[in-house]
Amino acid sequence: MPAGYTAAPELPEILPTPKERGRVMGFIHRHPTIVIGGVLVAIMVLIAIFAPYLFTKDPTALAPAKRTREPSALYWFGTDMLGRDVYSRVLYGARVSLTVGFSVACCAGIIGSTIGLISGFTRRLDAVVMRAMDGLMSIPQILLAIALMALTRASVQNVIIAISITETPRVCRLVRGVVLSLREQPYVEAAIASGTRVPVIIWKHIVPNILAPLMVQATFICASAMITEATLSFIGAGTPPIIPSWGNIMAEGRALWQVKPYIVFFPAIFLSITVLAVNLLGDGLRDALDPRLAKRL
Amino acid sequence: MFAYIVRRVVATIPVILLVALFVFSLLYLAPGDPAAIIAGDQATPADVDRIRASLGLDRPFLVRFGDWFWHVINGDLGVSIFTNLPVTHMIAQRIEPTVSLMCLTLILSLSLAIPMGVIAAWKHGTWIDRLVMMMAVFGFSTPVFVVGYLLAFVFALYLDWLPVQGFTSISQGLFPFLRNLILPATALGLVYMALIARITRATMLDVLSQDYVRTAKAKGVGQRGVLFIHALKNAAVPIVTIVGIGFAALIGGAVVTESVFAIPGLGRLTVDAILRRDYPVIQGVVLMFSFVYVIVNLCVDLLYTVFDPRIRY
Repeated sequence: MPAGYTAAPELPEILPTPKERGRVMGFIHRHPTIVIGGVLVAIMVLIAIFAPYLFTKDPTALAPAKRTREPSALYWFGTDMLGRDVYSRVLYGARVSLTVGFSVACCAGIIGSTIGLISGFTRRLDAVVMRAMDGLMSIPQILLAIALMALTRASVQNVIIAISITETPRVCRLVRGVVLSLREQPYVEAAIASGTRVPVIIWKHIVPNILAPLMVQATFICASAMITEATLSFIGAGTPPIIPSWGNIMAEGRALWQVKPYIVFFPAIFLSITVLAVNLLGDGLRDALDPRLAKRL
Repeated sequence: MFAYIVRRVVATIPVILLVALFVFSLLYLAPGDPAAIIAGDQATPADVDRIRASLGLDRPFLVRFGDWFWHVINGDLGVSIFTNLPVTHMIAQRIEPTVSLMCLTLILSLSLAIPMGVIAAWKHGTWIDRLVMMMAVFGFSTPVFVVGYLLAFVFALYLDWLPVQGFTSISQGLFPFLRNLILPATALGLVYMALIARITRATMLDVLSQDYVRTAKAKGVGQRGVLFIHALKNAAVPIVTIVGIGFAALIGGAVVTESVFAIPGLGRLTVDAILRRDYPVIQGVVLMFSFVYVIVNLCVDLLYTVFDPRIRY
């Protein structure tokens, strides 16, 4: 080596080889939104599961002598007008929101895609089903949920059913659209030509192609369902008042919000962060699963 | 052109019929005796019978639907169980604040969100773009009433610039009207703005890469001219579509916003009706809003031909 030249620094010091950088770091680098959203959702799920062990008290225990206390070391988020600990109520509230969000995503996803698959494959049924879905989608979502809830007794189960009914048409339309375009694909035509039975075609050739967009849609439905549940509870048509849900806590804090804003504030923060996390997860999934669309949006 | 309009208008009739059928049959899809559910837990058997008779539950379904629909066509939405007033009368009393709120929100959202989306697309990849997109994600993730409380807390309670609650009719002057309505309209508009800004940006990005935009630039059209005349007009169809679809969120949001800001409009009427289980009122409001939603989307369909003369179905 001539004088005046120094050895080039070892390459791995500048740029770690893909192997050393590891799969985890690589994934974080490529899909930051999935990671941020996923971590936040995971934290909320953990909070919901371990709510009893996170220094909470009984979220429904009344203590009239200690009502409307400001947040302090004893009552982290203060107490409401009946003396209930807002911190405990907010943590337990995560259970309702996440249950509703996840259940609605599953119910609407399964029912909607079943109807969409059948409708996309049966020409005669298609027109009727899609007109019905158009009709259902012409009723503004929250109003439809309100009308459904006004007719049933308030319970978490009924909230899930009502919101699922309002979300199903969207899934149905999406799945039907994908099915219609897949039906024209050469490999599906080949399968039909070679005499494969329709259920096998659907299961082997259609369903795997639907899963990606369906998963993305389900994430957005989960986020939207959590907002709808909170909205329904907030106006008194949702989860029964006895169950602490974020919407219910805010509804109860409504009368006092000008003097004790923290009762509304804390559940609002938790709700927004959770919905934001699920939305980020959905955005990230969409970008990862459909790079063509990701470039546009 | 004329044939297209007629065809579109005729095509909405079955949708409206279907919506009416849905709204009507909701009452019978619910498990259990609808009369007993509406009457509530403290009702006596006499109350239940009275409600059953007033809803006409003792006749066959199709007869009831036909009868009800005939009344609806003639502008009769039934009578409230609670106040015994005609539902149309109650809606008419409460319609002004809601229409005011929605119009102001519409003006506000469109005049802010479209330029925001255009600028985000123009400055694609810069901090402005990222800021607009972040705002959009925030708008999607925050329920209307949370935004409402946040705005009211900052601008009404803390800074004391605007009134906390209430509504003033526009007939009492434009300024007090706007002072009362600007916070609710902003809160309600956020989701809508997020929706519109996002689709505007996406479509504009698409359009800006087209050949005719390059041609316009090459022949010396200014930046503003390219963006707002050549590009925006071609991006109009998806934007108008989302404005129409998003109208549902606006309607749903109005119901909630009115509760937050104590605006005596249709939203309050709905909420009160839920608490009293006044089903005819709920049915009437849902039907009316759905009708408005269908009409708005019909108008959107008709606007397509204005923005894109190639469209002829």
